[in-house]
Amino acid sequence: MTSEPTRFDFEIPARPEYLSLVRSLVVEAAEKNATVRRERIEDFKVAVSEAATNAIEAHARACRDDSIRIRCTLTDDRLEFHITDRGFGFYPDQIQVLPEPDDPSRLNFERGLGIYLMRVLSDDVDIQSGPDGTEVSLSIHLSSDKSN
Amino acid sequence: MEFGVTVTSHGRWEVLAVTGEIDMATAPRFRKRLYEVIGTGVQDVVIDLCGVDFIDSTGLGVLMGGAKRVRSGGGDIRLVMAGSRLAELIELTRLDRVVDVYDSVSAATGDSGS
Repeated sequence: MTSEPTRFDFEIPARPEYLSLVRSLVVEAAEKNATVRRERIEDFKVAVSEAATNAIEAHARACRDDSIRIRCTLTDDRLEFHITDRGFGFYPDQIQVLPEPDDPSRLNFERGLGIYLMRVLSDDVDIQSGPDGTEVSLSIHLSSDKSN
Repeated sequence: MEFGVTVTSHGRWEVLAVTGEIDMATAPRFRKRLYEVIGTGVQDVVIDLCGVDFIDSTGLGVLMGGAKRVRSGGGDIRLVMAGSRLAELIELTRLDRVVDVYDSVSAATGDSGS
């Protein structure tokens, strides 16, 4: 028998000093499921923190001082985080591709790793972006751990 | 652990020992301290990340920017980390392909203590 999803809704000020709070939310939510490995929680913590960082940057670019919305949904087999901002939006398919690691120009790219990390440290990533903002949905599967 | 950067000299190496979390909130302080050290004309830098609990793409970007500056001045930059999670993140972003990684400061500075 599966239990009802548990949902938590948060709003955080769009300021960098609240990122550690977002990471704490990930750990607290993930630890509600006794089967999830610590390494998976640490990976997902990075992914969610990257999404929250992008949201904070989006509000800064749009000169908005209102909150970032975060929804966490926990089911028996899945942990989801949805991070929503009200920035100008962007086109995820147009994110710059980083040079190959052996290419000396690799060091010229101090930015651009965030979405890559979201994608490799989560099981599912969905980014919906438009002129009124962006919603990033990240999830990990709790019962079929892919990173053994 | 609280974010902080401590700088010590080990022979020709300046060693920056970083503690706490490196993210969008703390990366500007890390970048400022690192660039201050590089700006003094120091050529060879070790960044000790053993005390770092968390690093994100912003922190990794600071490491890349520092590596670029040190290299452009003809110097060398090395990373030290003991935690496997941090090492995995460095590998995932392939930063280990452009900067040498060691498991102790003595190994990075070539001071084996023997």
